[in-house]
Amino acid sequence: MTILVIAEHTNSALAAATLNTVAAAAKIGGDIHVLVAGANAGAAAEAAAKIAGVAKVLVADDAAFAHQLPENVAPLVAELGKGYSHILAAATSNGKNILPRVAAALDVDQISEIIAVESADTFKRPIYAGNAIATVQSSAAVKVITVRATGFDPVAAEGGSAAVEAVGGAADAGKSAFVGEELAKSDRPELTAAKIVVSGGRGMQNGDNFKHLYALADKLGAAVGASRAAVDAGFVPNDMQVGQTGKIVAPQLYIAVGISGAIQHLAGMKDSKVIVAINKDEEAPIFQVADYGLVADLFEAVPELEKLV
Amino acid sequence: MKVLVAVKRVVDYNVKVRVKADSSGVDLANVKMSMNPFCEIAVEEAVRLKEKGVASEIVVVTIGPATAQEQLRTALALGADRAILVESADELNSLAVAKLLKAVVDKEQPQLVIMGKQAIDSDNNQTGQMLGALTGFGQGTFASKVEVAGDKVNVTREIDGGLQTVALSLPAIVTTDLRLNEPRYASLPNIMKAKKKPLETVTPSDLGVSTASTVKTLKVEAPATRSAGIKVKSVAELVEKLKNEAKVI
Repeated sequence: MTILVIAEHTNSALAAATLNTVAAAAKIGGDIHVLVAGANAGAAAEAAAKIAGVAKVLVADDAAFAHQLPENVAPLVAELGKGYSHILAAATSNGKNILPRVAAALDVDQISEIIAVESADTFKRPIYAGNAIATVQSSAAVKVITVRATGFDPVAAEGGSAAVEAVGGAADAGKSAFVGEELAKSDRPELTAAKIVVSGGRGMQNGDNFKHLYALADKLGAAVGASRAAVDAGFVPNDMQVGQTGKIVAPQLYIAVGISGAIQHLAGMKDSKVIVAINKDEEAPIFQVADYGLVADLFEAVPELEKLV
Repeated sequence: MKVLVAVKRVVDYNVKVRVKADSSGVDLANVKMSMNPFCEIAVEEAVRLKEKGVASEIVVVTIGPATAQEQLRTALALGADRAILVESADELNSLAVAKLLKAVVDKEQPQLVIMGKQAIDSDNNQTGQMLGALTGFGQGTFASKVEVAGDKVNVTREIDGGLQTVALSLPAIVTTDLRLNEPRYASLPNIMKAKKKPLETVTPSDLGVSTASTVKTLKVEAPATRSAGIKVKSVAELVEKLKNEAKVI
């Protein structure tokens, strides 16, 4: 049994989610190969070769793979993936974009966002926004799976010494072109990788008030998130959204500020180790999942918290 | 330009679902059903393209039980011109749905296919991408902006770090994210008019598609519950607990 893991990377660096995906592959068992499809992706490939437990790194380096366009990357993965028992990718926006296209090209079903491996063919995954957990079994010749990073502790980024092999393959399918991107720039840690997350909801009242959360986050070395209500109200951009349709996070400490705790939001953060809720409404559902609840006006409590930590 | 919109009948998003006692699935008896929220956004986007004069005809399709006609009628009331029900009482996986949609695409020859990025029941987020592989069309998934220009469509996508824009050759597939638009409500006169719009019913075997699956659900359980902790009285007490009890700061 050999498993192909599709690396999540930026060409110049490997993304942390790759380590969680390799962890899921290790739970399934068997040899693990990692595919780095990119352009000038030597640095990402070198990093992949150092991951503990990886036997081989395949590098497909072509301008057509620079922006992970699925029309170009999926045929490559499908062609390379034929000989493998499993193809795994992180359930990131890239993984979700590319892998179903691979599965259909191979004429197999895909299993999305697994949170646990029961055996080599049986997996657990959340459905209905995490309100139910399904155990599913696949009889497909190649099992195509996306992995929810929070379900698996990452493997060590160092310690391996895999062989690196160049592979060719399909290139530009001519269906799509990259036009541009606007990436949020921040010195704070990335939401899904942060040990501490401070999130704000509708109770923040406006975008400017998020400065209180940024100040607290900077003191704690935390990332800043938001509920869908805060994003929809235009307080902050969508890439900060934590919830079923946003980012799924599971930090050591999650501080929910002015968030009522809609099911949609809870689905994105309820696996956090410790949850703190600050809300002036003591009936807010967020208190039902919080380890420590503080019923208080957030505009008094957050600055005080910032001073005391 | 013809636009095909695919929609799904799902449990209404306001319903708190419960797992059946025998772990065979989620209890759907006497539960309110609606159009999947992401599919409503897909219908709205198609209607806006028609209002701008970009789309000439909107065909809405669903794959589901006979009762899914309700969701097709809703789409017709919102502005779709005609509807196709691919009737199947079985719960189908995304690949089977994508194959059925491929057969409909072959027949209808749309220039643009718009659908939701995922259904809020199975949460798969697969069908649009799979249809992309089967048709060979380009895909603009998780769209927050769609602009048709000549023989191309520019799609701005919500990605992990922000936004990405891609240009796709038509025909193409777009899957919708939450911020693409805000769907309208159907007016009463339009709901009445929708009853007279054409609705065709076909079966998977009419389309020559096998819906066999390689994945089976062994059981469905309620998630582990998290019990409420304690209420602290002050910020100072909170900091003390986080430092000394939880040891997370």
